Amino acid sequence: MIRMYRKDYEKILEHARKEAPVEACGLIAGRTENGDKYIEKVYILTNTDHAEEHFTLDPKEQLAAVKDMRANGLVPLGNWHSHPVSPSRPSDEDKRLAYDSKASYMILSLMDEEPVLNSFHVENNEATKEELVIE
Amino acid sequence: MNITVAGVKKEVEDGITVAKLIELENVETPEYVTVTVNDEFVESGSFAETVIKDGDSVEFLYFMGGGR
Repeated sequence: MIRMYRKDYEKILEHARKEAPVEACGLIAGRTENGDKYIEKVYILTNTDHAEEHFTLDPKEQLAAVKDMRANGLVPLGNWHSHPVSPSRPSDEDKRLAYDSKASYMILSLMDEEPVLNSFHVENNEATKEELVIE
Repeated sequence: MNITVAGVKKEVEDGITVAKLIELENVETPEYVTVTVNDEFVESGSFAETVIKDGDSVEFLYFMGGGR
């Protein structure tokens, strides 16, 4: 299970809608407990690709975010990115570039009127959907 | 000598390189890791030649990207 606060969901949704059709992206951080992940903070980072079909997190902003997490007693839990015109599931490229098997990979689809956010565990190029709770 | 790795203080052998530290730390998929020493990004082709000094602070960052 991975839990996200509704205010954080709304934060990334607002940013993703503003950035569309370019993909938006960022990091998630929080704590883990009995195998469950609790997101305490979401980070909005620059997509250095500035592209509609690709994203790369800005490494300098990533470093700053990691330091902020540490200063606030949080651990990195994964990342999120938007799919402005495609479904909320990892593409082949998403899976190929998911190098951290401990991370959760969240994908926010804006292709339909109602946005869809899913979280995935990716290992050995296989994606498994995680139970996501937004509250 | 004493260095800091991902916020944790550690004692390592003098003259250790970034490449050796990656090995010691059992970094997963090291070919896709970005390294900073004292907030300066180290070119991935220079890991074997970059020597870490006493008091340095090292961070390992995973490349994070994708596409639809």
